[in-house]
Amino acid sequence: MNTMDVVQLSRLQFGLTAMYHFLFVPLTLGLSILLGVMESVYVMTGREIWRQMTKFWGLLFGINFAMGVATGITMEFQFGMNWAYYSHYVGDVFGAPLAIEGLMAFFLEATFIGLFFFGWDKLSKVGHLAVTWLVALGSNLSALWILIANGWMQHPVGARFNPDTMRMEVTDFSAVILNPVAQAKFVHTVSAGYVTGSVFVLAISAYYLLRGRHVELAKRSMTVAASFGLAAALSVVVLGDESGYTAGENQKMKIAAIESMWNTEKAPASFTIFGLPNQATHRTDDDIEVPWMLGLIVTRSINTTVPGIDELVARAETRIRAGLVAYDALEKLHANRADAGARVALTAHADDLGYALLLKRFRPDILNATNADVLAAAWSTVPAVSPLFWSFRIMVGLGLFFIVLFAVAFYLASSRQLTSSPTFLRVALLVLPLPWVASELGWFVAEVGRQPWVIEGVLPTFLAVSSLSAGNVLITLVGFILFYSTLLVVEIYLMVKTIRLGPALVGPDVSAKSIAMAAPAAAE
Amino acid sequence: MLTYETLRLIWWTLLGTLLIGFAVTDGFDLGVATLLPFVARTDPERRVVINTVGPVWEGNQVWFILGGGAIFAAWPPLYAVAFSGFYLAMFLVLCALILRPVAFKFRSKIANPTWRSTWDWVLFIAGLIPALVFGVAFGNVIQGVPFRFDDTLRMTYEGTLFGLLNPFALLCGLVSVSMLVTHGGAYLALKADEPIASRAASYARFSALITLVLFAAAGIWVSVGIRAYSIVGHIVQDGPSNPLLKEVARNGTWLDHYFAQPWIVAAPLLASMAALATIVLLSARRNTLALIASALSVAGVIVTAGLSIFPFLLPSSLDPKSSLTVWDASSSQSTLTIMLVATIIFLPVVVAYTAWVYRVLRGRVTLAYVADNPSSTY
Repeated sequence: MNTMDVVQLSRLQFGLTAMYHFLFVPLTLGLSILLGVMESVYVMTGREIWRQMTKFWGLLFGINFAMGVATGITMEFQFGMNWAYYSHYVGDVFGAPLAIEGLMAFFLEATFIGLFFFGWDKLSKVGHLAVTWLVALGSNLSALWILIANGWMQHPVGARFNPDTMRMEVTDFSAVILNPVAQAKFVHTVSAGYVTGSVFVLAISAYYLLRGRHVELAKRSMTVAASFGLAAALSVVVLGDESGYTAGENQKMKIAAIESMWNTEKAPASFTIFGLPNQATHRTDDDIEVPWMLGLIVTRSINTTVPGIDELVARAETRIRAGLVAYDALEKLHANRADAGARVALTAHADDLGYALLLKRFRPDILNATNADVLAAAWSTVPAVSPLFWSFRIMVGLGLFFIVLFAVAFYLASSRQLTSSPTFLRVALLVLPLPWVASELGWFVAEVGRQPWVIEGVLPTFLAVSSLSAGNVLITLVGFILFYSTLLVVEIYLMVKTIRLGPALVGPDVSAKSIAMAAPAAAE
Repeated sequence: MLTYETLRLIWWTLLGTLLIGFAVTDGFDLGVATLLPFVARTDPERRVVINTVGPVWEGNQVWFILGGGAIFAAWPPLYAVAFSGFYLAMFLVLCALILRPVAFKFRSKIANPTWRSTWDWVLFIAGLIPALVFGVAFGNVIQGVPFRFDDTLRMTYEGTLFGLLNPFALLCGLVSVSMLVTHGGAYLALKADEPIASRAASYARFSALITLVLFAAAGIWVSVGIRAYSIVGHIVQDGPSNPLLKEVARNGTWLDHYFAQPWIVAAPLLASMAALATIVLLSARRNTLALIASALSVAGVIVTAGLSIFPFLLPSSLDPKSSLTVWDASSSQSTLTIMLVATIIFLPVVVAYTAWVYRVLRGRVTLAYVADNPSSTY
């Protein structure tokens, strides 16, 4: 069916461009704070090497930042381009955090990033430090607002369906902002960014130490990264648990799928460390389980049941039938806007309307749906289990590994043995790609786990697309792939080149400027 | 609490304000990029040109992103219809806007002349394409765009990329390019070292003249060649945002609005007088005033387009009743209120710190400065 092609292509395009964008975001989040820390040390101690560190890591930050901003524009505009019905259906709620993100965060980071690079000899020391921290603040605020928007897709609170405008409208904006899912996601995501920034600094410093180059700069950078990274790695895992807990409250299906828990278990449920999920037979083969653990993580109690997939599918079936009542009322309202009875019926079942819409995947005239259709639609609420199961486990494994890595780095740094352990330095260099793997898998779990919904319980993904031809979406998909791949090659080339040349790039500048600093305001 | 009707009017003016904010700030970046291969002949000269916008383009571009976000939040149907309807055109703009930061960042990192001149042409194209496409988009909005809603308000668009490139829309695209080139030239006249500044001033004077001629031509075309849209009967101005609850007819021309409301002629007058003033002030080397004049001219052109079709935001040529208007294409009253509060708090702060940054960066970018700061400049 043609429209399903458009859905698949649009999802592929959104997924690829979002994951590509998220190659740059975590590094921006983490490095921006590290730059602030380094420059703060410079301003407090007045020691030139800290300024050189700020400028050198700033150079790499700049290359990454430009790509993050550039690819972020695609995200902002793709909602309208490829997801027009989504934009219409939830723009009243979802658009606001996006616009506030622009007002509050993008302007801040983008306006001050220019001064960060060009303002060294135009501003006082403290003035420039303030600029650096404003860039970091802007980046982190931007994460807050976009995760409020994303949190609402996972757990849509503070809004209701309006039949006159055929869309969701805000009823309580503070509920949207204070959404517990959004708060947990924010802390988890920025912490993951801090881990990424710290691993980046750690790995490249290790490279210099292995080569015996820029030793003073590398040792200091590594010490900063080790302490900040350790705190961040602990926070990612602890607050990742928080994320799982709230998902347990609101997104039970996602947890059941991550766990490949086909049947509800007696409380407290066990956690499956290994197993082979089988979507066809609704079983997990060859599983190894840890008793009690899942129940403890998700419900924080030993006697609350964690519902399995079977039970959640049964609940979905009930909600689809209730949703059909709402849909029937909506049809009557379209025929006659003054039908008061239909309005009452719709209001009573509006929360289940989204479930009825799931049937549209099986037949257009959903009011004539058979029992088989309803059952098929109910089962369509189960996301792809195996990919979620494995992605989640690899992500968690990496999260635990980062704690160990930073703990060792922290020990070596505080006992001044960083240069005496080449094995550790080699490991530190080799793990450079891992935080990106963990971040991407994290998003994969969050977004694939939300399927078949684009807005959990409100709007199925397949209804959210624009009325575009598959050909047009294919053109842009191929265009994005070619375009982004080229950019990635150029980006990595420049990064590697800058890292090879090293702090010498900012070295001569530093000594020249330090003389100019004696007479500030002289140069205009 | 403000009435729904008032909020919609306020958000219509804010939409205009954001578009003007974008065209005035990011507009000179686009103009500068378009002029790059012409006003600067040697590599140091080109670096001067790039570094006049180097520290500020990132902030300027946020006006565009904010414009998109604000349309999404305040006018969701407009966001949905325009962005999916102009799909391939939007893709072109996206490519240009992604290439531009990359070109800024990467160009001067490697000293190879082929590498640098490749990126210079990339910058030229990345400046020209958005300027052209935005104008073309406005040109299509004024004529109406082929889309319709079904009763679930799902939109279908029945046009193509080439359909957008009709003669009137291309004329509007040229107006947009020439006005942003003028604006970019005026900016370079103020910010760049000699001899670039003088060359830029000549280009700006010339393109201001072109802008005047093209703008007048577009005005005549609108008065005689394009059928306008009007709402039939009464529309509830504080009703639900559902475009299908009204009737729209096609009759007369947009010029009729100027007879009904003569004061709106102030907008095209501002656009033309300010363009003339730009020419005069550039000749008199009053560069700051010239830049202000070209900014006013840009604002005048945008206000002209907005007022001419008011209360329409995006008319539908396929199914006129599907047309989006100020009265039936907004967010809910609570979202408009929340967004207004956010704007009142943050926009002045943004304007204040942006002004401060421009103040810190005041003065010309000289050839000597670029030569002395190889690693901190582009």
